[in-house]
This record gives sequence, structure tokens and C-alpha cells, in this order.
Amino acid sequence: MKRIFKALLVAVWFMVLCSPIMGLHVNPDNSISFLWERLVALGIGIFFASLVWDWYFSRVQTSAVHMHMPKGVTATLGLFKQKKTRGACLTVLLLFLVAIPFLPVLGSIYQISILISALIYVMLALGLNIVVGLAGQLVLGYAAFYAIGAYTYALLTTYFGFGFWICLPIGGIMTILFGLALGFPVLRLRGDYLAIVTLGFGEIVRLILLNWVGVTGGSHGISNIPKPGLFGMELSLQSNTIYLYYLCLAAVIVTIITISRLKNSRVGLALQALREDEIASEAMGINLTRVKLMAFALSSAWAGFAGVFFAAKTSFVNPASFTFMESAMMLSMVVLGGMGSITGVTLGALILILVPEYLRAFADYRMLLFGATMVLMMIFRPQGLITGERRKYHITALEGREEQA
Amino acid sequence: MKPVLEVDELIQDFGGLRALNEVCLTVHEKEIVALIGPNGAGKTTFFNCITGIYKPTSGDMFLTVEGTRHRLNGRKTYEITALGMARTFQNIRLFSQMTVLENVMVGCHCHTHAGILSALLRDRRTVREEQDTIDRSYELLKTVGLERHWEDTACNLPYGAQRRLEIARAMATNPHMLLLDEPAAGMNPHETRELKELILRLRDEHNLSVLLIEHDMSMVMSLSDRIYVMEYGSPIASGTPEEIRHNPDVIKAYLGESRDA
Ligand SMILES: Nc1ncnc2c1ncn2[C@@H]1O[C@H](COP(=O)(O)OP(=O)(O)O)[C@@H](O)[C@H]1O
Ligand SMILES: [Mg+2]
Repeated sequence: MKRIFKALLVAVWFMVLCSPIMGLHVNPDNSISFLWERLVALGIGIFFASLVWDWYFSRVQTSAVHMHMPKGVTATLGLFKQKKTRGACLTVLLLFLVAIPFLPVLGSIYQISILISALIYVMLALGLNIVVGLAGQLVLGYAAFYAIGAYTYALLTTYFGFGFWICLPIGGIMTILFGLALGFPVLRLRGDYLAIVTLGFGEIVRLILLNWVGVTGGSHGISNIPKPGLFGMELSLQSNTIYLYYLCLAAVIVTIITISRLKNSRVGLALQALREDEIASEAMGINLTRVKLMAFALSSAWAGFAGVFFAAKTSFVNPASFTFMESAMMLSMVVLGGMGSITGVTLGALILILVPEYLRAFADYRMLLFGATMVLMMIFRPQGLITGERRKYHITALEGREEQA
Repeated sequence: MKPVLEVDELIQDFGGLRALNEVCLTVHEKEIVALIGPNGAGKTTFFNCITGIYKPTSGDMFLTVEGTRHRLNGRKTYEITALGMARTFQNIRLFSQMTVLENVMVGCHCHTHAGILSALLRDRRTVREEQDTIDRSYELLKTVGLERHWEDTACNLPYGAQRRLEIARAMATNPHMLLLDEPAAGMNPHETRELKELILRLRDEHNLSVLLIEHDMSMVMSLSDRIYVMEYGSPIASGTPEEIRHNPDVIKAYLGESRDA
């Protein structure tokens, strides 16, 4: 009874709040009509929603329900976890990924270019994961580094005729420099403040790209960026796309190896400690400034690489590709997948890129669905899809004993 | 006996509040010294000053390690830890989502060297250093009796175990001087007795000097070589447990007060 009353109250409150937006309609002749049915419908909807909400939380509190992933997912993950089957699974997966361009269903240029952008986002999300997931620093302007990488490639190839393989490391170095330049002043900041400053940085970079018309072409961007050739050969569009696909696949594999090594290293451990407690980690002898800068630099380098791949893929860049929405999307991938978890973040990136692509029918509702998914995730699995990804340690003293036993 | 930690006329002001008022304190080699006083006396503030978390208003602090006397003023917290002074926290500050073993491994940070490049290349030296870190951390867990929990997440440990894990983590930094902030708080008498033995054992095995803040009087009296008493930021007495027990100022300020409470 109390719950129903509470839900009723919430519904009325919402109706009052939303009445100016939803309940009023200004007619062309400036007369105003009231849309009561809409308001009532809203009230009823909110009433039931808040009932369900309330019921869910009381259930959580009384019985501590644990959400489980669907059986299929857990079973597959289980296969991955076992050492014996993991190798086989990975081989099958890799073979499948390599074979994609030759599969008739998936092999069209359009499909492959969707996959390329998914792979680029995997790189971005994994790069952002270093600073957000591992080090726990909320960075909102990540798209700026992505843009710097992309423009580095675009400008160097169109103005100076540099090749792809020279631009890739230069793009990385450029973004590292920018990352360090941003990192030094903002290191003292934490949480919200850091988020705001990096958000500002993202906007500044975008505005510079937009307004420095002489160099960047302003909102028209730079077009006709040369695509990477294979040993100096010019490739057809079809084979070039396939070539880029393999390049991105290789880049993603390198990324995954690099970042999992980093995560499990001494520096990675320090980053995770920093995420948990800055004062304690400094008291354990960790040089916060140095470790944070390292995280910043490495993370921005990855955005730079991804940017170079992006510019090579689209052969056209303009500032509209690097808005705040992009940064928010990358952050969502990290959060959705599970902060710090490499499998999770990869999965998050793939889901957030591929699902909207294949649900074109719902294009109008994309943002709505996206928002709803995020809200539901925050309620049911705030820690992300995949958690508890732990490294296995082997202790010499214990190994010996187990062998004897 | 040679001094390890020397603090001279330390003053710490917070706005108008003088949290530390000309505190002088010395800890010698292999000595266990207790710092006691009512809540809010400034004991934790004292720890924060000597570990570089607060910048003291004035005063001098020195740490002598292997014959070299280092001035601590103006040094960063991580530098002081690397010199050889480690601490635990009154309100436990573990890396709560990491495993017990990983917590101790983080403590080994200042004595290992692998940087990003060696992390990516994973050459033989890096792998060996890492395995050494793992094994050494496990040994430290054994010393504090947590080896069976090495794979658990730190926040799932019982309270007393978390306090011991903090000690293990601090020991991982190879300290000469160990600062313990209320290590027995929240422990039952049995755990407190074990903790006392642990502190003595660590002192003997690692040539450690210990400065501890503690409210458990029976532990303080039986464990410490010397005791400093503080009240409202000022030192009011120091001496052996026997002298402190009979000091009228202390009885009035501290023991009397806690008897009323
Ligand atoms: N960062 C700070 N800013 C302002 N006042 C502080 C700060 N830290 C401690 N204090 C004050 O210093 C006094 C001593 O605190 P503390 O050292 O925690 O006492 P104890 O550990 O002896 O119980 C208290 O009055 C406390 O409010
Ligand atoms: Mg205190």
C-alpha cells in the first residue's frame, strides 16, 4: 500500500514537472491547447515504472539477488577460462576473423568497412581503458587525441606526401606530446575536475580544427587522403579495404597483447593501486606524477594510432567526427564492458558499434535505446559486463609443494 | 643506541588551530616507541607530517638510514617511503578491490625497476623480478599469517586481518622505521596478543624501529620501550612505561579521562 502511494506521488510529481514540455501545445495561431491524454499516459507510465523500480530494489535488499549473465555467455567464457580449451578457442576466433573478407555474407566492402570501424573503436576503447579503467582517472576529451592522430595523418600525407608507415609512429608521438602537455597541468585534479578540464581540452582541439581554415580546411575538412599502399602498389578500393581490415586486425591484436602485458606489469599494478587509493599508493612508494603521466601518454598514443587508421580508412576527416559525443561513446564502451577488463572493453566497443549498425531500422530511436541500455546497465550491472578478470599468480613455494603432493 | 628518527620542535598549524605544538621525538635503532594521547591530540597529524603528507609549519625531521642522515622536510611521500619509513593508516586504506597478494606486491614497488618498456617486452630480467616480487610478497603474507587468503579480495578480509595486511604491505617496502597508527583498533584480545608478538618478531627479524599510536594501554605498557604522551598537540610527558604509569600529568590528562569514559 505504501509503495503504491509512493509510486502515485512520483507519477504526479513527474506530471507536474513535465507538463510545460509535454502537456502544452502552442498552435500556429498562438492559442494554447492542453494535451491531457499525453500527461495522463506519462503519469501511468511513470507510476508502473516506479513500482517496478521499487520492487526490484526491495528484492535486491531482502534476498541479495545476483544477476547472472545468460547461460550461453557464461559457458563460452568458461571455455575461455580453461587453459586447455582457451588456445583452441582463440585459434578458431582468429581464423574466423582472418577469413571474414572471403565470406560471401560478410565480405562486401560495406560490411568490411563497418568491421574496420569497429576494430578502430576497440583500439580506442582499450587505449582509454588504460587511463580510465586501470588508473581510475575520468577523462572526457579522448576524442581530441583521436582527432590529433587523424589530422596528423591527413596533413602529413596531403601536404608532404608521407607514407602510412611513417605517419603511424608520428601520429603516436604527436598525441603523446599533447597527452603530456595536458597531463602536466591537470595531474593535481581528480574526478569531476579532471573530467571537466579534459572535456574542455577536447572542445578546444575541435574548435581549433574547425577555425584554422588555412591548414585544416575548417568544417570542410581534408579530403582525398591517400590510402596506404602495399609495398608501393596502388590497390583497388576492394583490396584496399581488405588490406586495411587486416592492418586493423593486426593493430587490435597488438593492442590487446600490449595492454594485457601492461596491466599485469609492475606499472599496471601501480596504476590499479592509484585507482583504489592515491594516498596509500603514494605511501607505498609510488611516484604518482610519473605513473599518471605514463598512463596519460600511453593512452593518448593509442588514440593517435586509431586516428591514423581512421583517416586512412575514410580518406576524409573533418571536425564533426571528433565531437564530445565521440568521447562519451568511448567512455561508454569502457564502462559498459567493465572498467579495466580487457575482454569486457573489447566486447563493449564491438557491441556499441555493431549493434546500432545492424539495427538501422531503429535509427530514430538509437539514442533512446542507447540511453536506456546505459541506465539499465547502471542498475543491474554497474560494474560492467565482465568483471573479476584476475591474473593468476604462481607462487614458487606452493608449486613445489603441489608437485610433491 | 643510534637514533633513527629525530623530530625537533615540529609545529603544524591548520588555520588558527595548532595541531602540533613543538613536538620533539626520537626513536632509536630497534626501539619500540608508543605515542599516546586522547583523541584529537594530533597523533595522526604527527604521522602525516613525518611521512610528507602534510607540510609542517616549522620544525626539523631527520631519518638516519645506514649511517646517512636524511632531512625529511620538503620530501615527497614516496621518497620518504623509499628512504625506509613505511606506515599503516588508522582508517584502513587497503587497495580494496585488489587481491591480498597484489596489495603486498604494490608495496614492493619502490625496490623493483621494471618500466613500461620491459613490461611490454617481458624479457628474462623482468619475468624474474616479477616472480621474485610474487614470492617475496607471499613470504610476507606468511609472516603476518594471511598466506591462506592470498587470492582473496582485500575488502573481503575480516577487520583484524585487514590491519595485518596493512602491516605486510608496509613491510614490503623494506622499511627501517615502521609507523603503526592504531594497529589494534577493532581487534579482540586474542588478535591483539598475536599482533604484539608479530610486532616483536618483525622488530627482531628485520632490525626494525617501531613507532606506534595505540589506545590499548595493556598493549602499550607491555610492548613499548618508551612512551610519549600528547595532549592538544603538545607533548606532556615521555619516558619508560613505568615512569609514564606514575606521572601525575598523564594520569590526569589521559588515564583519568579514559577511566571516566
Ligand atoms: N587536514 C586537516 N585540516 C584541518 N584540521 C585537521 C586536519 N587534520 C587534522 N586536523 C585536526 O588536528 C587535530 C588532531 O587530529 P588527529 O591528528 O587526527 O588526532 P589523533 O590522531 O590524535 O586522534 C584535530 O583537531 C583535527 O581536527
Ligand atoms: Mg588518529
